[in-house]
Amino acid sequence: MFYLAKDQMSGQARAMPQGKRLDWPSRFAFLAEASKHPSLKAFYQQGVVAASTPITEVSLVALDFETTGLDPRRDSIVSIGLVPMNISRIRCNGAKHWVIKPETRLHPSSVMIHGITHSVVEDAPEFSTVIDTLLAHLQGKMIVVHYSAIERRFLHAALMRHIQEGIEFPVIDTMEIEARYSRTWRQTLWNGLMGRQPSSIRLTDSRTRYHLPYYRQHHALTDALACGELLQAQCATHFTPSTPLSALWS
Amino acid sequence: MLAEQSEVLDFFRRHPPFANLPDDVLATVAANVEVAYYRAQSAILALGQDNHQWYVIRSGAVEVFRRDGQLYNRLGLGEFFGEQSLMLNRPVRFPVTALEDTLVYLISDETFNYLFDNFEHFADFVEVEDQTRLRQSIAKGEDDDSLLTAKISTLITTLPVTVSSTTTVHQAAIRMTEENVSSLLITLNEQDSPGRPAQVVGIVTDLDIRGRLVAMGLSSDIPVADIMTTELIYVQSHQFVFDAMMLMLKYKVQHLPVLKKGVPVGLISHLDILRYESQNSLFVVKSIFNAQSVDELAVLLPEAQACFARMVHQDANSQMIGSAMAVIGRSFKQRLCELGEAELGVPPVPYCFLALGSMARGEQLIVTDQDNALILDNSFVAEQHDAYFSALANFVSDGLARCGYSYCTGNIMASNTKWRQPLAVWQQYFNEWVEKPTAESLLHSAIFFDLEGVWGQCHWAEELNQLIRQKAQTNARFLACMARNALLRTPPLGFFKDFVMETDGRQTNSINMKRRGTGPIADLVRVHTLAVGSSARNTFERLEDIIAAGILPPGRGLDLRDALEFIAMVRIRHQALDIELKREPDNNIEPENLSDFERKNLKEAFQILSNAQRFLKFRYQPGRVG
Repeated sequence: MFYLAKDQMSGQARAMPQGKRLDWPSRFAFLAEASKHPSLKAFYQQGVVAASTPITEVSLVALDFETTGLDPRRDSIVSIGLVPMNISRIRCNGAKHWVIKPETRLHPSSVMIHGITHSVVEDAPEFSTVIDTLLAHLQGKMIVVHYSAIERRFLHAALMRHIQEGIEFPVIDTMEIEARYSRTWRQTLWNGLMGRQPSSIRLTDSRTRYHLPYYRQHHALTDALACGELLQAQCATHFTPSTPLSALWS
Repeated sequence: MLAEQSEVLDFFRRHPPFANLPDDVLATVAANVEVAYYRAQSAILALGQDNHQWYVIRSGAVEVFRRDGQLYNRLGLGEFFGEQSLMLNRPVRFPVTALEDTLVYLISDETFNYLFDNFEHFADFVEVEDQTRLRQSIAKGEDDDSLLTAKISTLITTLPVTVSSTTTVHQAAIRMTEENVSSLLITLNEQDSPGRPAQVVGIVTDLDIRGRLVAMGLSSDIPVADIMTTELIYVQSHQFVFDAMMLMLKYKVQHLPVLKKGVPVGLISHLDILRYESQNSLFVVKSIFNAQSVDELAVLLPEAQACFARMVHQDANSQMIGSAMAVIGRSFKQRLCELGEAELGVPPVPYCFLALGSMARGEQLIVTDQDNALILDNSFVAEQHDAYFSALANFVSDGLARCGYSYCTGNIMASNTKWRQPLAVWQQYFNEWVEKPTAESLLHSAIFFDLEGVWGQCHWAEELNQLIRQKAQTNARFLACMARNALLRTPPLGFFKDFVMETDGRQTNSINMKRRGTGPIADLVRVHTLAVGSSARNTFERLEDIIAAGILPPGRGLDLRDALEFIAMVRIRHQALDIELKREPDNNIEPENLSDFERKNLKEAFQILSNAQRFLKFRYQPGRVG
C-alpha cells in the first residue's frame, strides 16, 4: 500500500521499504533518529508494539480526515477527528475534533460532502498549529482508519508542507479487513454476470453487515467513531482476543 | 468529544430518560460514554462480576437471566441494564447476554449517580423501569397482566412533534413526512405565551388532512388550526397502559397525547399498544429473519408457540393475538421466499406470494394449515419459467410444513399448478367465480377472497382485492350463493351434561370451535363485507364497516363482535393450555373441560351466531338461486 510519489519523499533519508512484512519497530527506531522536528521525533520515539502482540493488548486510536478533495498534492485537510480505543472499549472522553483552515481552496463539491463551509474555516486554526497536539494524541497508539490511503497520504503531505518532513506509520485499515471477508473477486465477477451488486466495503455498508446502527457520514469525529466500532465488530466476528496485531495491520 | 453534531448525543436526545435532561448535561454525558460491541450470543455481564458502568442499548437486543439461568427479561434499543449494581453497589446478580449483535453506550457510575441524584424524573424513570421489571417477573404466572401494571411512560418512544397553530397545513404535512409521524400536536403561537412551555390546543392527524382538507377541496395554505381537533383526549404520563387502551376504545381515537402537568411529553398510538403487547412476538419475528436455513427456521416453532401462550396470559384480546400470529406466519413465508430465491437464483419473471384465509385476515392461531398461492407476471411462459416457480413453491410449502404449518388438505397451495398462474389468469378466475358461481368455485371464493400479498409484487394482490370489491358488490346472485355457502356450517344448540347438543337433539363428545364457531362467523361477515364494498380484511374491522354501513339490525353487529371475541378466546385459551401441558393443540373442545361460565356464555354466543345466520338468509335470499 505504498503509493507516494518520489518527489514527495525528499525529506526522507531513504525510500520506504515495501510490503506488509515491514519491521515497524525498527523502522520507528530508525526514523526517531532521522527526523528533526521535535514532535515528530517524539512520535517515533514512542515506538510501535511488536507484531506478535495480541490485539486485545494494543492501544488504538481511530482517525478520520475530511479533505477538500482526493489528491493530497492539490487538496488539503479540513477537519480531523480521532477517538482513543482498544478492542473492547471506545473512550469518547479522549476524543478530539479540529476544523482546519485548508491551505487550498474549498471545492463546492466537497463542501456538499462534509458540510464545512468557507465561513466555518475562516476562523479555524492553521494546520501548523495543531501538529504538536495531533502527533501527541497519535503517538504510542496503533492508528485505525477506514481506507488507509487518505489519512496516510494527507498527513504525510501536510507535514511535508509545514515541517518539510513526511511521516510513516502502520495502520489497521477496516476497509482492507472488510475486503478480506466480503466476497472474493471471483464471486464478485459472478454476481456481476448475474446482474447483482457486489457487496460494498464502504464504511456505512460494512457497518450494516455487523448490525451496527446508521450514523450520518462525513463528520470526521463521527466517522472515526464509526470506524472504531466497525473494528470492534470485525474483531468480535473474525478474530479472537489472542489474534496477533500482525494479522490486522499493514 | 465536541458533541454538537454527535450521533451519540442525538441518540440520547431521542430516548427517555435522557430526552428530558438539559442539553448541556446531555452533551457531557455523551462526551463521556464508552462504546462497546457484542456479537450475538456473547456474554456482556457475568453473574457476580463487579460492574461500574450503566449499559444503554444503542442497537441490537440482549437477554437478562436469573441466577438459575431462567430468562428474566429481553431488552432492546434505548433500554438499559446494569443499574442495579450501581444503585445497590454490589456485584452483578442478573447476567446479561447479547441476543443479537449489540452496540452499547456505557455510562460511568459517577455520571449515573450524578444524574440519579440531580434529576428527579430521571431517577423516577430508572427506578420505575427497574421495579416494573421486578414486579413483572415476580408476578410471572397466573396473574401476570402487564397491560394493567405498566405505566404509560414505558410506552413513549417518540417525543411529540409539535407545530404552532399558525403553521400552514402544507408545512405541517412536510413536517410529518420528515419526522415520519402520523399526527402533530398543535401548540399556541409562541407570541401568545412567551417564555412558558407551549400549551397544547389541538391535534392533527393524517386522517384530518385527508378528511377535512383534501376531501373538502381546501387549499393546503390554510393554518392547521382550521382543521385540528380541539377536544383533546389525552392521558397523563403516570396512568396505566390499560387506561390508554380504554380511552382509545371509548373515544375511537388512534392517537393519544401524553401530558405531564399540561405539557406534552409524548404521543402514543394504538400501534404502540399493539406493539407493546406483541413485543414478544417481535423477537420471534427477528429470529425468523435472522435464520439462515430451513433447519434454523424449523426450530423457532416452540418460540412461536410460547409467544402465543404468553400473550394469552397477558390478557391480550383475540385480535391482538390473531394479528401477532399472522405477522409471525407471514414472516416465515417471507423468509422462506428469500431463502428459496437464494437457493434457486433470481426469479425469471416477477411474482407475488400470497397468503389466503386466516393469515390474510390477521386471525391466525397456532393450529393452522397453509393456504397460499403465487401470482406470476403476465410475461410468464410455462415452458420456460414454471420449473423455477414450481421449485420455489415446493421449497416454501415444504419449509412451512417443517415450521408447523401443515399442508393444506384441499391442496390450496402454490405447489399446485392451478394456483400458480399469471395475474391475467387470476383475474379470469375471479371474474368467472363471481359471474358463474358453482359449488366448487364458491368454496374457492371463500378462501381466495381473503387474500394478501406477502412477498414480491404485493400490489397485484391489491389489484385482485379491488377486482373482487367492484364485481361482487353489485352481483346479487353471487352474494346469494355466498350466503348459502356461509350457512353450511352451523353452531351447536348448547350443552347438556358433558355433551354438545345439536339442533336435532343429537349429542356429541366434542366441538370443533373453528368449524362450528369462528369459521361460520368469518364466512357470514365476508358476505356482508362484499355487499357493503368494504376493503377491510380482519373480521373485526369488517364488522366495524358493516355496522357503519347500517345493514344490520341495531345492536346485532356489536353482539356478533362480542360473540366472536368470546368464541375465539375460548378456542385460544384451550390451545394455550394444550401448549403448556405439552399436548398437541387442536381446535376441539370437550364440554367437560369448560367452566360453567364458559358454557353459559358459549351457548349465548352460539345463539347470536345462529340469529346472524338467520338474518343472512333473510337478507340475501339464497333460497332463490338454483
